[in-house]
Amino acid sequence: MKRLAKWRLISIFAILSLILSGCGEPFLSTLRPAGEVANMQYDLMKLSTFIMVGVILVVAIIFVIVMVKFRRKDDRIPKQVEGSHKLEIIWTAIPILLLLLLAVPTVSATFKLADVSPMDKKDSDALVINVRSNLYWWEFEYPGQGIVTGQDLVVPTDEKVYFNLISSDVKHSFWVPAVGGKLDTNTENVNKFWLEFDSAKAKEAGDLFYGKCAELCGPSHALMDFKVKTMSRDDFDNWVADMKDVEEPKIAETESAQRGQEIFNKSCIGCHAVTPANGTPPEARRAPNLTNFGERSRIAGVLDHSEEDLKKWLTDPEKYKPGNLMTGSYSLTEEQINDVTEYLMGLKVQE
Amino acid sequence: MSTYAQKKGFGATLWDFLTTVDHKKIAILYLIAGGFFFVVGGLEAVFIRIQLAVPNNDFVSAGLFNEIITMHGTTMIFLAAMPLVFAFMNAVMPLQIGARDVAFPFVNALGFWLFFFGGVFLNLSWFFDGAPDAGWTSYASLAMASKGHGIDFYVLGLQISGLGTLIGGINFLVTIINMRAPGMTYMRMPLFTWTTFVTSALILFAFPPLTVGLVLMMFDRMFGSNFFVTTMGGNTVIWEHLFWIFGHPEVYILILPAFGIFSEIFPIFSRKRLFGYSSMVFATVLIGFLGFMVWAHHMFTTGLGPVANAIFAVATMAIGVPTGIKIFNWLFTVWGGSVKFTTPMHWAMAFIPSFLAGGVTGVMLAVAAADYQYHDTYFVVAHFHYVIVGGVVFAIFAGTHLYWPKMFGTMLNETLGKITFWLFFVGFHMTFFIQHFLGLWGMPRRVFTYLPGQGFETSNLISSIGAVFMSLGVIVMLYNIIITSVKNVKVGNDPWGDGRTLEWALPSPPPFYNFKQLPLVRGLDAYWLEKMEGKKGMTPAEPLGDIHMPNSSILPFVIAFGLFVAAFGALFNMDDKAWSVPVLIIGLLITFGAMFLRSVKDDHGFHIHKEELMEDDNDKGVKA
Amino acid sequence: MHAEDKLTYETWPAEPEKSTLEAKNKFLGFWFFLGGETVLFASLFATYLALKDKVPDTTHHLAKDLFELPLTFVATMLLLTSSLTSVYAMYHMKNFNAKKMNFWLVLTLLLGAAFLVLEIYEFNHYVHEFHHTFTSSAFGSAFYTLVGFHGGHVAFGLLWITTLIVRNSKRGLDLYNAPKFYVASLYWHFIDVVWVFIFTVVYLMGMVG
Repeated sequence: MKRLAKWRLISIFAILSLILSGCGEPFLSTLRPAGEVANMQYDLMKLSTFIMVGVILVVAIIFVIVMVKFRRKDDRIPKQVEGSHKLEIIWTAIPILLLLLLAVPTVSATFKLADVSPMDKKDSDALVINVRSNLYWWEFEYPGQGIVTGQDLVVPTDEKVYFNLISSDVKHSFWVPAVGGKLDTNTENVNKFWLEFDSAKAKEAGDLFYGKCAELCGPSHALMDFKVKTMSRDDFDNWVADMKDVEEPKIAETESAQRGQEIFNKSCIGCHAVTPANGTPPEARRAPNLTNFGERSRIAGVLDHSEEDLKKWLTDPEKYKPGNLMTGSYSLTEEQINDVTEYLMGLKVQE
Repeated sequence: MSTYAQKKGFGATLWDFLTTVDHKKIAILYLIAGGFFFVVGGLEAVFIRIQLAVPNNDFVSAGLFNEIITMHGTTMIFLAAMPLVFAFMNAVMPLQIGARDVAFPFVNALGFWLFFFGGVFLNLSWFFDGAPDAGWTSYASLAMASKGHGIDFYVLGLQISGLGTLIGGINFLVTIINMRAPGMTYMRMPLFTWTTFVTSALILFAFPPLTVGLVLMMFDRMFGSNFFVTTMGGNTVIWEHLFWIFGHPEVYILILPAFGIFSEIFPIFSRKRLFGYSSMVFATVLIGFLGFMVWAHHMFTTGLGPVANAIFAVATMAIGVPTGIKIFNWLFTVWGGSVKFTTPMHWAMAFIPSFLAGGVTGVMLAVAAADYQYHDTYFVVAHFHYVIVGGVVFAIFAGTHLYWPKMFGTMLNETLGKITFWLFFVGFHMTFFIQHFLGLWGMPRRVFTYLPGQGFETSNLISSIGAVFMSLGVIVMLYNIIITSVKNVKVGNDPWGDGRTLEWALPSPPPFYNFKQLPLVRGLDAYWLEKMEGKKGMTPAEPLGDIHMPNSSILPFVIAFGLFVAAFGALFNMDDKAWSVPVLIIGLLITFGAMFLRSVKDDHGFHIHKEELMEDDNDKGVKA
Repeated sequence: MHAEDKLTYETWPAEPEKSTLEAKNKFLGFWFFLGGETVLFASLFATYLALKDKVPDTTHHLAKDLFELPLTFVATMLLLTSSLTSVYAMYHMKNFNAKKMNFWLVLTLLLGAAFLVLEIYEFNHYVHEFHHTFTSSAFGSAFYTLVGFHGGHVAFGLLWITTLIVRNSKRGLDLYNAPKFYVASLYWHFIDVVWVFIFTVVYLMGMVG
């Protein structure tokens, strides 16, 4: 009975493993690598899995034999075996060799992924982005281009993009699973790494990758999602130019939006900038830059980008992101919220 | 102190346990307290899985969820797994080496009460303004920002509990070195004693860094120091280092005794000696040693740099080698044996594939560059539950069945034991296997919910259903314990029939002095040796004489209680409550007063006289 | 041998601190405890080294501005000498001479107390002249925790040895209290060794910069 049950379990797991692996969403899964870094990591995953499955098979065979062949049939005392020097050497030496097989690519990849030398070179045309994590939002500054944005990270495909990572308040961790591993954002030092976004894979993912915060940072840690918008280098350059064109806050067009702008300038502009060239020192920027808010993929990282959800968010931000720092910093009536919504949805840089 | 306390009243039994310094009774205290906290931690786990069963769930709020995951981890590791492992080390190790108690019986009791009061203090946070909510790892930037007193309960409670564990470690080390019976050389010690030995060394060296980390956090939160305040020159990565220099050896502190228990079970139920004894000893020591060299593999994404990451990656992989050696030696112990599938053997056989799965994902995690993807995701959650549940918890279930007769004189029901096993085993794999994939698919850990449309829904639901099975398994185990205690059917010294080591030569349970005469140990598996030569029991190594035993005392309870009181004073002093300083002072006076009393009042123990021992032919035990 | 035996100079064993099982256990147990304490101080040293000179701005004083050799040298000599006097005390204990043992122990206490007085003066000086306090910077927190924790150990040692002297003044030496004196002297040596490291890592390295 026990023998059969064990076999059923083992086969179920085997089938499950086969079905489940290779799955996951193209915009989110580490098993659907969409860039050079994720590919290197996926290769290491495959290598280590392959070696480990080998180990498991050997143990499994011995295990099954042991389970089946030596059940008690009589009262005899079996031969008391002290051990076997030969076997000890075999099962020490072979694992060591297997680990060497794994260790060499590991060390090599670790150094490759840490190579950020183009960031520090003078006259480098490498794209550098300063990532600053906050409770519970992400700021992205492009120092070479002189623009600041938030929540939606816009990047060109098929080239290495370099990142400076730091945090304003507590430790967070910057992670775009489909594109590459994470790196923590600390408060006391800047961490650096690079990612590369493959254009073909980006297309499969709808040119929108999901980013996650990967270090417990408070109640809304689970809701600190950001997005990565990928596009060709030319489109990226156009986006940068469109952003830079916004030198002064755009004048709102409709009446409602104009009312909204007035309210915004009284209640919100103390924290939220609507021009991308931000003169405020980084440590003092307290809220996401909203220059291109109308073109973002989500509201507050997790809500749908719709007027309805924006109104819900502005009415009761605490409900949607417990512990966020915008709660209680303003007081608006329902009508005022409608106006502000119209204004914000009109904040676009690309027509 | 009578060993057959049937007619003792409740009050007398309570006082007996409050003042006992007997390692066997202290083991029972650890078993009960650890078991209680295991249920608390299990409930916390159930709440986690209910909240995560469906996306956007609101079973608990985000803040409460963070408290639950923090307490689940902290309770399970510090207040459930460690005490339960201590229960077996206390119950069994002195018997296995032929000793009458541990080196410092008073300190043994003190260790228990410190753990107990620390655990109670920590859990009282639920009833005040909230439990700690920064994860069981309590990283400094988040912990410093945590409002309310949750973190303060954590910092103070764990300092008190940790002190208890530390002195327990010293106690076991000295016992094993100084108090082995004649003929018991180091290489004749049972494997469980060896693992107790190495574990105790790990405890001695791993707990001080945790203590320092907790003290620094306490200073920062209570007294305004700046260890972790970046703007004043502080550095939060220091906490990470201190925590993990403790934290990694901690997991070996948990698993080595589990390995020891399985090293007892495989030989007994295969009727065959442990294969490769010296290799097993060597592997144990190597695991202990290497365990101190790998802590930064928990910090691969912190930004230590490629040199550090590469070194720690390779060191971490190295630990796989001695662990693998053990797995093979266990399998070859059973190979060629005459195997009986009792409940402990069920757990032991299930341990092999389960722990192996956890171990191989450990090697995968050691690949630093790949860990950048795995870290802080459900892949890690799957890994450590596989090794801790598949290793430590399985061993605890197995050890509870194996040693129940030695501790209580009765046998747990085998049928119910097997039902518990199957329910728990199925539930365990159901919950945790799928989590490997959730992590790979992009689900971070410590998230109170997840949005739909990411491919996480079905897997989380399956994972949550597994928790139901595990809960049922635990309930059946509790029922087993209750009916066994009610039926109270007594068994003899070697109820499993094939005991190999000294504890099985003694009555179940042993008299309070353990051995009337210290036994002469003639080889490995000393009792088996005598049995194979047709003898009924052990040959004595000394003539019958007076036995020197320690006095019981209420002081360990008082010392720990004083710290418990003082901790409240310290904590509420942060709120400038008027009564807090007097309470703090009173608590410290109680503790130091009791310690002073212990130091200056002579305590020579008492003697059981030879004549009383001579009258007690059936080893029923004599009245003290 | 039993702890309660009444012994004489002739019957007193060569190593009284290890002559009963309880004594052997105390001896070994305390060495292990010191092992744990070593790791504890090592963690504090590591923390200090990481946070040395880490101050919020340039108005704060650094190690090279604060520490002075003469005072630290005197303190070191006091503590080292107190270790020597405790060695003499143990010599007399092994020779069953309670009176001489107590004399040298009292000298140890006086030297230890003098060390503490100097240290309190030193801390006071830093606080008032340099505004270098426990809460002024991460450097300050690390310094006072490491050095202060050591000072706390010295203070505890003084209380411990005093208690032993007073408690056992009436009854002389026996195999019950000899291990207690021995363990206390081990402790005293330990805190002396820790001080040597503090002197080197904190003061000497601090002055070199």
